Order: sequence, then C-alpha cells, then structure tokens
Amino acid sequence: MRLHRRRRRETENAQGLVSAPEWRQSGVRFGLGGAQVVLLVCLLVFGLGPILWLAKSAITPTADTLSSPMSLFPNGTAWDNLSRAWSEVEVGRYFWNTVVLAFGSWLTQIVVAVTGGFVLGVLKPRYAPLVKVMLLVTLFVPAVVLLVPLYIEIVNPPLVDVSLIDSYWAVWLPAGASALNVILVTRFFEYLPREVFEAARIDGAGPLQLLIRIALPMSKPIVAVVSVFAVLASWKDFLWPLLVLTNPDKQPLSVRLPAIQSQTELGVFLAAMLIACLVPIIGFLIFQRPFLRGTGLGGAVKG
Amino acid sequence: MGAVDAIPRESRTPPAATAALREADRGHRPRRTPLTWVRNGGLTTLLLLVPTLFVFGAFSWYPIAQTVIMSLQSTNLVDPPVWVGLDNFRTVLEDPLLPTAVKNTVYFALLALLFGYPIPLVAAVLMSELRRYRGVFAVLVYLPVVIPPVVAVLLWKTFYDGSSAGVFNTVLGWVGLGPYPWLQSASTAMPSLVLEATWANAGATVIIYLAALTAVSTELYEAASVDGASLWQKVWRVTLPQIRGVLLVTMILQIIATAQVFLEPYLFTSGGPNNSTLTVLLLIYNYAFANSLGGDYGSAAALSLMLAAFLALFSLAYLRLTRSWSTT
Repeated sequence: MRLHRRRRRETENAQGLVSAPEWRQSGVRFGLGGAQVVLLVCLLVFGLGPILWLAKSAITPTADTLSSPMSLFPNGTAWDNLSRAWSEVEVGRYFWNTVVLAFGSWLTQIVVAVTGGFVLGVLKPRYAPLVKVMLLVTLFVPAVVLLVPLYIEIVNPPLVDVSLIDSYWAVWLPAGASALNVILVTRFFEYLPREVFEAARIDGAGPLQLLIRIALPMSKPIVAVVSVFAVLASWKDFLWPLLVLTNPDKQPLSVRLPAIQSQTELGVFLAAMLIACLVPIIGFLIFQRPFLRGTGLGGAVKG
Repeated sequence: MGAVDAIPRESRTPPAATAALREADRGHRPRRTPLTWVRNGGLTTLLLLVPTLFVFGAFSWYPIAQTVIMSLQSTNLVDPPVWVGLDNFRTVLEDPLLPTAVKNTVYFALLALLFGYPIPLVAAVLMSELRRYRGVFAVLVYLPVVIPPVVAVLLWKTFYDGSSAGVFNTVLGWVGLGPYPWLQSASTAMPSLVLEATWANAGATVIIYLAALTAVSTELYEAASVDGASLWQKVWRVTLPQIRGVLLVTMILQIIATAQVFLEPYLFTSGGPNNSTLTVLLLIYNYAFANSLGGDYGSAAALSLMLAAFLALFSLAYLRLTRSWSTT
C-alpha cells in the first residue's frame, strides 16, 4: 500500500526530485528555498490568517471589530464574549447537540464499516462480489440524487408509521451509508496476513471470534482514519440536519449559527463561531496522522 | 470441517498445509444443506453483513431507486402520489431560471478549477522537496479543511463586508484599492464565493497530491539525473507524468463536487444579487424546500436526476478522452 512506501520515504529524508548534486548548487537551493519560504508566508497569511482573525475578534469588543477590524485590541479585550455566547446564545446546548450527533454518526459508521469490511475482506462469502459492486455503484451516484427521496423517506418511512423528523436517528442512520468507509476497511482487511485468520479457524474460532480477537486489534490505524473522518464530517454537516431537525432545541451548531446571526451582537457571534471551530481544530492537531493519511488514502482509492 | 468451508475462495496465498487439508476434506464432505451452511458460519457471516445491508438498503439503494419513481410522480406528502409521466421534466426544462442556474454552476466550476487546481499542485511539489518541517506545512495547509464550512462561509461573509470598514476593504485600502462591493454586486459575487471555497478545500487537494508525489519512485529521478536531465525536465518528464492519474481523477472529482455546490450560494447570497449566484443545487433546494406551502418534490427529483445523468455522461466522456493520456 501507498502508506508504507510513503512512510519509508519520509524516514529516508526524501532524496526525490532534487538530487544531492543539484541541492549543492546555490541557485537551486536558494530558488527552491525561497519558493518554500514564500509558500510558508502565503500559508500563514491566507491559510491561518482568517482563523487567527476569528480568534482575535472573538475576544474583541464588537464596536472595535466594526470600526477597525484589522487593529489588535485598540480598547482592550472582551473575554466575556465567549461566556455570553456559551450561555446567552445557548451555544452550550447546541454544542452538546453537535457532540451527540457526531458520536451517534461515528458509532453507526464504525459498526457498518468494520462489520461490512470484515465480511467482504476476510470472510468473503460467495455473494461478496455482488455486495461490493453495489457499494461501488453508490460512490458514483452524486449526493444530490439522495437528497429529496431520503427526506421523504424520513418524513414518511416505509413499513413503520413514525416520522423520523426531529429524531437523531434521522441523522445517525443515513450517516452509516458511506461506501468509502466500507471500501477502505475492506482493503485494509484484505492486506492483513491470511495465515493468522486460518490458524485461528483451525483452532475452532468462528467468524465472530475472528472479528473480535484478531481483526479488530489489528485494525487500529484504519479505525482511526474512519473515526476522525466520521466525526469531522458530522461536525461539518449542514444541509441534512437543517432539513430533518426542525426543532431549534435539537439542532447542531452548524445549523444554529446562520439562524442566530441576525439577532446576535457581532462579537458574541464570532465567539460562538470560534467555539464551533475549537473541537475540529484541536482534534486535528492531536490526530494529525490519521487525518493526513486518510486524505491521501481517499485520493488513492478514488484514483 | 466447519473451519474449512469458511476459508475464503480467493485467499491470496493459501499455505500448502491448509490447501491440502481442504482437498482432503472435500473428499468426504456431505452435500451443502442449510444446516451445514449455518454450522459453517454462513449465518453468522450474513448476520455480520446485516448492518451494511440495512443501512445501504434503506438510505442509499432504496432512495436512489425512489428518485426515478418520484421524478415521474406528483408528490406533496399529503395525498397519494399521482403518475404524471414526463411532466416534471417538462416543468424543469421550461423554468426560465434553469439556464441561469446552469450558466452560474458552470461559471463556478470553471473559476474553481482556475483558482483551485494549479495552486495546490505547485504547493505540493514545493512541499515534497522540503528537507525539514514538512509536518508543519502539512498542518498549516490542512487547517482550513477542518473548519466547519458554515463557520468558514459566515466568517468570510464578515470579511466581504462591502463598506470601507470591512476586513478585506480595510486591507485593500492600505494599498489604495477599493472599497469593493464583493457579495453585493452581480459581477463580483461569484468570484467571491469561489475564493472562499478554494480557501476551504485546497488543503485536501494538496495532501492528496503530496501522497501521490511521495509515492513516485526515487529510482526514476536518479535515472533521469544520470541521463543529465535538468530540474525542470525532471518536473515535466518524471513528476507530472507519474502523478497524472491522480491529477486527472482529482480534476473530475472537483468538477463533480463543484457541480453540486450549495452551501456557499445558500449562505452567502441566497442565490442573489439578481440570481447571479443561483446554482443548480440551490434551484433543486428551492423546488423542494423553499416553498412553505409544500414542495414540488417531483421537479426537484427530476432536476437532480438530470444533473446526475449529465455528470455520469460527462465523467464517461472525460475518462474516454483522457484514457490514452492517463494509462501508463
């Protein structure tokens, strides 16, 4: 897999495009180094800049942000923007709604991806190729096709006589239907050494024991990748919870932020937005590896 | 014999011992009956697949089939649906807003390619040649991607404030430019949307390119160096040809994603000013959900089907046209 090759290259300290003799030419070194410094400055100004501005303005009095948005604390700070956002604008409640939604979506995605990937990648029953093709097909169907019928299905579910509108199940269950997750886990399991599973089988282990005792302990890297993307996707989701969660008390931050904007003072509103960013940013800084690896893997699968 | 039947048929490297065991077992094996199937773990296997089958069946395969049916029906969620043939498609095609929406979506997609395609490639090539601090660059590049899109859009909306005290207008005012109307003018609204979308998404593309670049075999570079290739020649003759598969796929994926752009026009401008940012997906949303009296779900389904069919045909044509170039 790409993964291993990439890690090896990184430890070798990359003698790639630019060879050692070229690196010794001052023109190449300064040209490339200069371009890299320019890139770093661009990343800091254009990439990080907006986020730093949000952090600064979230603790600046509204009047200052409105009159001189680019000056740094001309009249001191306003830390109470954060506490006012948390309690007055009820960001605290929406924050917990977001957490609950993300946790449930994560759970369904992990259960589906691990069990599905295990059956398709390890047990491989005779109908496995058919299921795989059916999963691959959904990758090629644009998300927009699902929007309206899925909404109708949530309002009027077939077989059951209960509308799922305003129920978190309406968000949790459809989140599990991510073909990319199942395919990533299937591929990971296919690369695990076959001998381990066969030895356990000969010792009399059934499918369930194979999953719990052998596959799961070995699948930490891929579970980490699926997990960070499940939580991030749920945290970022907007249109679907907007459609199926109509009760404001149940809505997540992403849905509430546009709704509260017009009645909220700018400083407090920016503080609320900062709170909404904190979990993804801190989570990313802690779990960089699965994030970056997963993005590369996603590209590799699609490629 | 219970264990043997569950051995995967196409297992890559069956050890000789188990293969022999399987052969020996086949000899005195009874016919397959439901009972042996259960005893061999067939039922457990199927049960383990139930979450996948249920979730995809209910929330992917069923609604996909349902779209086709709904596009031929008139549905309002109260009365039973009525078959109306191709009426929904006719309604959509006769909608005077459709050409506007298509034009705007194509414009968005083209601008997004212009802004968001070359920059990540240059950034990734520069980053792949970093001797140190590559991790720091990767974190900085990817950080905007983890910001919730709603926050990104609403934040940029405050940046785009059209008054001279807006964030961008203040900065541009330092060098004597502006103030610009940004979102308030029909001509600058769409580029403003694309600028934010590029900021929010380019990082993921950089990381994908970076993974592809680091997978390029060092031997190729060494061979090129031995043959006396210059740095530029190596970029053009080795790097780009080696990652062209990824380049082509990210391009079509980006086109498919931008053809379904919704969040930016919905939150920035609601399609305005003067419908200059009305996209196809916003039109679908408006058909189905904007009318408080009950949505025109049939037309929405019809338009989503047409968009999906167009994207499928476009992707096929794209893959056909680029096939000769992408295969190694």
